[in-house]
Amino acid sequence: MLTATKPPEKSTNYLTDGYGLKSWLLTSDHKRIAILYLISITFFFFIGGIFAAMIRLELATPDGGLLESDVYNKMFTMHGIVMIFFFLIPSIPATLGNFLIPPMIGAKDLAFPKINLLSWYIYVVGGIFTLYVLITGGVDTGWTFYTPFSTSYSNTKVMAAAVGIFIAGFSSILTGLNFIVTIHRMRAPGLSWFRLPLFVWANYATAMIQILGTPVVAVTILLVAMERGLHIGIFDPALGGDPVLFQHLFWFYSHPAVYIMILPSMGVISEIISTFSRRKPFGYTFIAFSSVAIAVFGFLVWGHHLFVSSQSVYAGMVFSVLSYIVAIPSAIKVFNWTATLYKGSVTLSTPMLYAIGFIGLFTIGGLTGLFLASLGMDVHLTDTYFVVAHFHYVMVGGAIMGYLSGLHFWWPKMTGKMYPVLWSKVAAVMVFLGFNLTFFPQFILGYLGMPRRYHVYPPEFQVYNVLSSAGATVLGLGYLIPFIYLMWSLKYGKDAGPNPWGATGLEWQIPSPPPTANFDVTPVVTVEAYEYHAQEVVEVG
Amino acid sequence: MDSHGTTVLRHHFENEEQQKEASSLGMWVFLLTEIMFFGGMFMAYLAYRQLYPDSFAAASSKLDVTLGAMNTVVLICSSLTMAMAVHSAALGKQKMIVFYLVATLFLGSVFLGIKTKEYHDKFVHHEVPGADFHPEDWPKNVDMSHASLYFGLYFGLTGLHASHMIIGAGMLLFLIVKAHRGAYTAEWHTPVEMFGLYWHFVDIVWIFLFPLLYLIDPHFGK
Amino acid sequence: MASHTDHSTHIVPVSTYIFVFLALIVGTVVTWQVALIDLGRFNVIVALTIAVSKATLVILFFMHVKYSPRLTKLVVISGVFWLIILLSVTETDLLTRTWMGVPGR
Repeated sequence: MLTATKPPEKSTNYLTDGYGLKSWLLTSDHKRIAILYLISITFFFFIGGIFAAMIRLELATPDGGLLESDVYNKMFTMHGIVMIFFFLIPSIPATLGNFLIPPMIGAKDLAFPKINLLSWYIYVVGGIFTLYVLITGGVDTGWTFYTPFSTSYSNTKVMAAAVGIFIAGFSSILTGLNFIVTIHRMRAPGLSWFRLPLFVWANYATAMIQILGTPVVAVTILLVAMERGLHIGIFDPALGGDPVLFQHLFWFYSHPAVYIMILPSMGVISEIISTFSRRKPFGYTFIAFSSVAIAVFGFLVWGHHLFVSSQSVYAGMVFSVLSYIVAIPSAIKVFNWTATLYKGSVTLSTPMLYAIGFIGLFTIGGLTGLFLASLGMDVHLTDTYFVVAHFHYVMVGGAIMGYLSGLHFWWPKMTGKMYPVLWSKVAAVMVFLGFNLTFFPQFILGYLGMPRRYHVYPPEFQVYNVLSSAGATVLGLGYLIPFIYLMWSLKYGKDAGPNPWGATGLEWQIPSPPPTANFDVTPVVTVEAYEYHAQEVVEVG
Repeated sequence: MDSHGTTVLRHHFENEEQQKEASSLGMWVFLLTEIMFFGGMFMAYLAYRQLYPDSFAAASSKLDVTLGAMNTVVLICSSLTMAMAVHSAALGKQKMIVFYLVATLFLGSVFLGIKTKEYHDKFVHHEVPGADFHPEDWPKNVDMSHASLYFGLYFGLTGLHASHMIIGAGMLLFLIVKAHRGAYTAEWHTPVEMFGLYWHFVDIVWIFLFPLLYLIDPHFGK
Repeated sequence: MASHTDHSTHIVPVSTYIFVFLALIVGTVVTWQVALIDLGRFNVIVALTIAVSKATLVILFFMHVKYSPRLTKLVVISGVFWLIILLSVTETDLLTRTWMGVPGR
């Protein structure tokens, strides 16, 4: 049995423990820092969404009347930069990870609370640079900053954008560092590695990538800045430089970065599926190891972004094989989640709706990745809408659905409030339907040959583009609705108890919202993870 | 001076051992990021050295090998003094901690001084990439257009290294002040140890930079 | 929870530091002098071998990794391993670009 904490008298929780701006801006409490991140990334999500709206508005007609082409270039560039660096990469680790990892392992805080706060400030400074870029005309190189356009030819705010991303990278590194040290050194007595929740494993694997990959893109950005300022020739063919070297250095990080975006979501899904099937995840050990395998193998495949770049065909073949191999651990997870559902006692709560949607959409996204991993097929599909559809299936249908699933699952824990269940389920369905309407037609467009990053297209493609833009409207509404009812719930939501879902895990043994120190007494863990009893039926909402 | 040591056990740690282990792992993970940070630039260096071996050799021969070797010896000495500072702290010899930290700072400053001289020489001889780049006495049969690649990477690598040294020097000042006030004891001297790890890492980077930048082909063109 | 002995109390004898220091100085001098001899492509191999040896000495003794927990050793090895991934896998492109001719030429 777990050592129970004392039932709370009318005691403070982390939200009421100190009022005023200073108590939040100078906090060292991981939970408050998580909320600070939650506010910031939500802000940037809506900014990124505005750029997406501009893109889909422009693409609703073939002649592209709304935006000039150079303005359109800025739209997709800023959409990519904001969504990737300022929303997706921090999203789950910096919000849910920050909030939940200490309670999940029985700790009072992360290993380095002040560095945690510093990471948020660094993120904010990086964000300010990006907002500056936004206000002063944007950047048009694509979020991938390919040289020599970004270093020698673009007349937009490349340096400022590069600085913003460079700075934001350090926020990511510090978060990863904190998680690795915390998970290694601060687990409660009895909490061995294989008793950890899979969410912790997922964030640990993510942290490995943040530590090992981000510094490389940081130094690459430094080289781009040196090139732009001093013209040393490092990426400019006219001076003997190799633009493909930039692509190697850039994608060495940016491919693993996509695993930074998906692994935490997968961790969330493992928690949701097991809770709402009332079963221990099938193949727990396989899921745990597959997270680390994805992190490791993810570093060996980056050349699949360089298949048509004049990279050596031999290297291309090696990267192609490795790219197929990296799909295996992801597939293992999908099989295990499905097996967990089988003969489980399934409740279709809102987090579960998002999670089941995730499994389907991530599978489609992952399978289409295999098309792209094939050298021959990639020649035809690369730089078309097929790629755009693929990565949105995994990043939006996958990562963002996982984020929303987790947000809805742990919202009662973080805020002590429950949201209106009907609206939450309506929104989940809208997101699922809107997402598919937006992005499925893009697979067809890519197959038919429509290039990405173009704002005009042949008229015969219009019907698919209109479907996609219509879907984007539904999707946008689907995102807006949770924002509204979650805000509403803060004031008017029903009080949630410590464990509204009947879930296992140390975080559900403490009050909602938790007290600042999480635990009065460090728990001693004597049971395996996910000790569910299938007969229990849980009242939800 | 407090003979019991002034360990500050942070409230979220269970005990001092856990705190110490966390600090140590934290510093090592940070050094891991530094390996990859410098590693990216080493990759660029590797790519272009193999592509333009003659340009690199010719450009490298413009560097003063004697100064480079002296700097290498200076840094190795500073690693010894830093190790002795940690050693003194572990034995509770508080005056020696200050002595060795000051020695380390002195040697680090010597390194930076020599580096400044080298940079100045480069500037005077138009070997800094940019508008005024035109190295002198260039061998006729070697393509000069790739020289700026070498010099750009030279400044990038040594500049990155030097900025790490400067930050290290700043931290040393802080440690010297604290050590002078008796903050570090045999029971608790974690900051000295952790900084020592950082300082040794910066030394290791230079151990690689010296042969790669200075010793490509010292006889080139002679 | 880690259940190893407290490694922070291990005191490395000063003589070890002096030996390492001398080895580093000798290594530096050897690197310098060998560079003045023309060994062709072996120059860089000798230089890097000495550099790696020096770095290993610094890591094991000055940075106490020899006396550190297994996890520390794992972190160091991971760093070297990942750096090698970056360098070697990129090289598979850089070295083999000329292997396949352009069709038609």
